[in-house]
Amino acid sequence: MKFALFTGCVAKGATRELMLSTTKAAEGLGFEFVEMKAASCCGAGVVSEKSPLLADALNARSFSIAEKQNLDIVTICSTCQGTLKKTEAYLNESKEYKEKVNDILEEGGHQYNGKTKIKHFANILATEEGMARLKARIKKPLTGLKVAAFYGCYVLRPSERSDYENPDNPTEMEDIFAALGATPVYYPSRVKCCGFPIVMMNKDASLGMSGNALQDAIDNGADVIATGCPLCHLSLDSYQPEIELLQKKNQSIPILHLPQLVALALGYTPTQLGMDTHIVSTLKINQILSGSSASAH
Amino acid sequence: MATFRIKRFNPEKQPEPYFEEFQLDIPHGATLLDCMNEIKWKLDGSLSYRMSCRSAICGSCAVKANGHALLACQRQGEHLLQDDDTITLEPLGNMKPVKDLVVDFTPFWDKVNKIKPYLEPKEEPPEKERQQSPEQFRLIDDSSTCIMCGACYSDCNTLEVDDNFLGPAALAKAQRFVSDSRDSKTMQRVQDLSEPGGIWDCTHCAECVERCPKPARPFDRIKEIMTVALEKGVHNNNGARHALSFTNSVKRSGLLNENRIAPESVGIFNIPGLLGLIPIGLRMLLKGKIPPIFHKSIEEVDDVKRIFKELNQ
Repeated sequence: MKFALFTGCVAKGATRELMLSTTKAAEGLGFEFVEMKAASCCGAGVVSEKSPLLADALNARSFSIAEKQNLDIVTICSTCQGTLKKTEAYLNESKEYKEKVNDILEEGGHQYNGKTKIKHFANILATEEGMARLKARIKKPLTGLKVAAFYGCYVLRPSERSDYENPDNPTEMEDIFAALGATPVYYPSRVKCCGFPIVMMNKDASLGMSGNALQDAIDNGADVIATGCPLCHLSLDSYQPEIELLQKKNQSIPILHLPQLVALALGYTPTQLGMDTHIVSTLKINQILSGSSASAH
Repeated sequence: MATFRIKRFNPEKQPEPYFEEFQLDIPHGATLLDCMNEIKWKLDGSLSYRMSCRSAICGSCAVKANGHALLACQRQGEHLLQDDDTITLEPLGNMKPVKDLVVDFTPFWDKVNKIKPYLEPKEEPPEKERQQSPEQFRLIDDSSTCIMCGACYSDCNTLEVDDNFLGPAALAKAQRFVSDSRDSKTMQRVQDLSEPGGIWDCTHCAECVERCPKPARPFDRIKEIMTVALEKGVHNNNGARHALSFTNSVKRSGLLNENRIAPESVGIFNIPGLLGLIPIGLRMLLKGKIPPIFHKSIEEVDDVKRIFKELNQ
């Protein structure tokens, strides 16, 4: 299976371990991901605050790049996924708007025709083919590891643009965890916002949101949270030492990118997946996994 | 037979809310509100909730069903049944329960009033109506459909952690006046709405869009106010600086430069703000998570620059 990889900015910047682990996960799964080196930032719903037309034109240009390669786009960031799907919906809802955007693209040699599908990594795995491939290639099942999903709200809402079957109560990420041999943990905050979009504007509220989500996962027995969004990762991992709610109780919980979790089960080591670069130590995961394999012997 | 798990609360009798279960055969095609009425009329007359029109117009009957706010009269009971044949009903969130499913809307209305939900026109009232062209009307059409049911307010992720946030309904209402060609206070409005608790405290989660039973879609309206605020030059706040820094970064390289966005958002002359970034900066630095200092551009960045230029951005 070959896809055009829309990396997003954060996987090339503050969470380079996401890029690293995506490459490993793709390798282990036998996916061919072709990096879209000429694609621009999705705008994260922020460029559209300045100019919706600008944001859509830039994203339509990215779609055109994948179309020329006859490839569907895979994203590894819930924010990229949600933002690109929004542009796609606007272009497809109005012929007039699509023509307007295509007029802007024309001089650069690009056109949007709507041929390319845009899928998040999780949604590629959560297909029949993806799951079969995953199950066939698992080398180290994540037995005994209790994993809580944090979906990233951009991939869920508005539901009409979501790839999840039931965006209010999705199960796809948990199905992936179960396929990896882990134990999924369900908790209400898994479909909420991590607060990252307002960390620069209202830090207390932002950390309040991430704190509530982390506490919810801990209270429901999770050993680790896995997320499909590097911005959620920044919020839940990088800001975790500043979250008062957790500090008061001296609690912490490691946060993994979904491709890291997948690649662990495919046999890659935590260091190969950049897990040592996280702010919150991930050693607990190694201990749980080595404990379960030791007891299995 | 369906089981309705309803959160009951009567502070005069018991300080804490509790769940009570009612069994009901849901008649085919019955709305959730029809079911609630059946329970009240035939099983327990003390069950309290608001209702009026039964036609998704008055906005009275919003409740939480299975954890999410909706209009009880707009959804069929059968469609809300969970795998275990239950429907869980709770009062709206982010407001204090008064009794059972009735909540106190006072903060909701206070915030709607705070955005001055009335036209402040330029001139004296004309003899006849103030006319709007179809194009002018389209700008305010969606927000005009809001029925003030509070479903968006109930599920708003920012309000869960910050009472000061004006919330989606009041902000959607504000857009209706910000974008109204007959209003004379656009500048004042976007300045007020750019204050803490306003548009820039929206966390983009689109929970309000999902819960809105009408085409008002509050988050979309909030974004429209943001665009007007930026156009009008109301830039002296972190939200506006963040949007400008972000957009300028994409203009320069095609990508977001994460090293610049944080200091540029808080303001490069804002010493306390910059000092506040040090803990996260240090943590990231020590773990090697600081983005590359030399920010690389995408391939064919000139085409991106051309698009910016063509759109006068």
